[in-house]
Amino acid sequence: MNPLQTLRFAVGGLAANKVRSGLTMLGILIGVAAVILLLAVGNGSEQAVVDSIDALGTNSLTVTSGTASASSTATTIQPLTVADAKALANTTAAPDIAGVAPEVTTSQTAIYNGVSHSVSSVIGTYPAYFQAANSKVSTGDYFSDDDVLNARKVCVIGSVTASDLFGTASPVGKVITLGGTPFTVVGELATKGTSTSSFNNPDDTVIAPLPTVQNAFTGFGSLSQILVEAKTAADTTNATNEITTLLMGTHGISSASAVDFQVSSQTTLLATRSSSTQTLTVLLGAVAAISLLVGGIGITNIMLVTVTERTREIGIRKAIGAPKSAIMGQFLAESTLLSLIGGALGVITALIGSHFTIVGIKPAVIPASVYGSFAIAVAIGLFFGSYPANRAASLRPIDALRHE
Amino acid sequence: MSHSLPALRRRAGAQAQPAAPRVGAAGGPVPVITVQRLVKSYGVGQAAVHALAGRLDGRGRPLGVDLSIHQGDFVAIMGSSGSGKSTLMNILGCLDSPTSGRYLLDGTDVGGLDEHQLSLVRNRKIGFIFQSFNLVPRTTAVAQVELPLAYAGVRSAERRRRAMAALTLVGLADRADHRPNELSGGQQQRVAVARALVTAPAMLLADEPTGNLDTRSTDDVLAIVDRLNASGRTVVLITHEDEVARHAKRVVRLVDGQVTSDVRQAPLAGPPPALLDPHGFAEHSLHAHPTPPSQPAQPARSAQSVQSAQTGVQG
Repeated sequence: MNPLQTLRFAVGGLAANKVRSGLTMLGILIGVAAVILLLAVGNGSEQAVVDSIDALGTNSLTVTSGTASASSTATTIQPLTVADAKALANTTAAPDIAGVAPEVTTSQTAIYNGVSHSVSSVIGTYPAYFQAANSKVSTGDYFSDDDVLNARKVCVIGSVTASDLFGTASPVGKVITLGGTPFTVVGELATKGTSTSSFNNPDDTVIAPLPTVQNAFTGFGSLSQILVEAKTAADTTNATNEITTLLMGTHGISSASAVDFQVSSQTTLLATRSSSTQTLTVLLGAVAAISLLVGGIGITNIMLVTVTERTREIGIRKAIGAPKSAIMGQFLAESTLLSLIGGALGVITALIGSHFTIVGIKPAVIPASVYGSFAIAVAIGLFFGSYPANRAASLRPIDALRHE
Repeated sequence: MSHSLPALRRRAGAQAQPAAPRVGAAGGPVPVITVQRLVKSYGVGQAAVHALAGRLDGRGRPLGVDLSIHQGDFVAIMGSSGSGKSTLMNILGCLDSPTSGRYLLDGTDVGGLDEHQLSLVRNRKIGFIFQSFNLVPRTTAVAQVELPLAYAGVRSAERRRRAMAALTLVGLADRADHRPNELSGGQQQRVAVARALVTAPAMLLADEPTGNLDTRSTDDVLAIVDRLNASGRTVVLITHEDEVARHAKRVVRLVDGQVTSDVRQAPLAGPPPALLDPHGFAEHSLHAHPTPPSQPAQPARSAQSVQSAQTGVQG
């Protein structure tokens, strides 16, 4: 008995009961497709979180006013000021800091040519902001340090703001009225993508020089926050320590437990979020694995039925000299073929399905899950098929022949 | 050169042997089948039922059946239902194992063989024909006949050639691509015969091969068996029809698991009765034939076809 002959017998056996074979394959198909697709959905949501963090800038640290925890011994809270920001910009005291951008935030209504649009965040800042916040201009240019020094009424707008106010026309060089003050648009930011997790649309924004916004809207008091860019993602811890030391100096605080500001990095935020999505992925994977196991039990069941139904045929084959290994091989090949074809179709189904957005998440197929689930499916065929196959092969020819 | 069959040694009132087996050119008179003190029981102790018992000793224990069959013989085993003839046949075909006793096939003790060796014996040495045909469902005639060769590891092209030769021998070359449900009972049995002889086994075992067939198909199948025996194949056939037993050279009768008579109808050497005197045989047929059946009536043609099929099967 060569393997080809065994395979031919197995194909013949499966073809004899097409509906049954098809349904058994469907069980494996669904199992494999579910494993690949659900892991892809889990991975996709994880990826989305990582992407949104990347969009914010992984090197960036945010300094906000206020106490970090209830155990803080801070008595008064001093607001963050431009002086604080300037202290942080000292490259000798803070060698790991690449850029500092003090921020004030407000929201205003923008009007252009009678079209009015409510901008959710109007940010007054320094040019260093664009680098730290990972905001890139797609058309036009950033405003300059010179614009900041002279408090020029220029701004860079987000892509959603641009399309709402100008439609498809280029906004660069146009003048919009923001809360009664005219601003010349110098650039439009590239689309960051709508992150489902952030309640502020990062593309609906107007960014203008800090003194201009302070002058027009917020006044020259405290800052909303200071955005600090570390030199590399690895330097964020050092940068955090430098910020704490410097600001404790400017705020006149001696105890580390009495600080009246917080330094938070995007990565800490992201780690929390991705660990929760990882739990989701594991849960989804477990559910899918169970469905694959159920598919495997389906194979055992069908093979047992097949063996019982074909007992007489087994007897005939044994009577004309089929060795135990040939009978075993035939039934094992049948069950493995079922899982092999079912698994292959499951992989194809999952790969097609992963092109569609599922519950708002773009699935990202994990290559290991494709190989893994396919291999598990084939192993299931071998494992769950071996019991019925062994039962078929161990029958005594006379018992098998007498079976009705 | 006289030689008495061992099977008859212990039987009182044994009937006269018409001819003693000759020592042929092929070798000494070693029997193909030797069965010694063979017992087959179902159940144990008081509840034991002896399907094959032979004579009982003084305390009611079975002594077992003894039988030996020589190369080229054509033996019909007769008996009513429950006489143990099918049990004997299943043991001879290595499908079942005896409770006690020895079974020597071609000088090999079958009882000492393991499962894999038994499958080789079934494949190479025995061709089995069943009453209920026992073809594999949904498989074409030629594939059925190829099956034993496939298990023997014969290559595909060679397999096809030998299967077609065997089908030609049983006159079904034109039905090679038909499935069992597209064949008549007689044709199915002829496919089964082709399957049994395709590996060129030393002996052909037939368990009531004509039991499910009409007289016409019975004649077709028996004609093939006659020709196979004429070409030197040992044939053991179970039947309860006298008409079928007439074809055999030797008739063994079983009653309640015991051999009660053993009659030789034709010499061991030479063709079976149906081919020895075709016309006389046909005239005494118990079947009402308006004309003699065509196939056995043409010895010249059949001898030739057996010859060609032999070379095909064994080549």
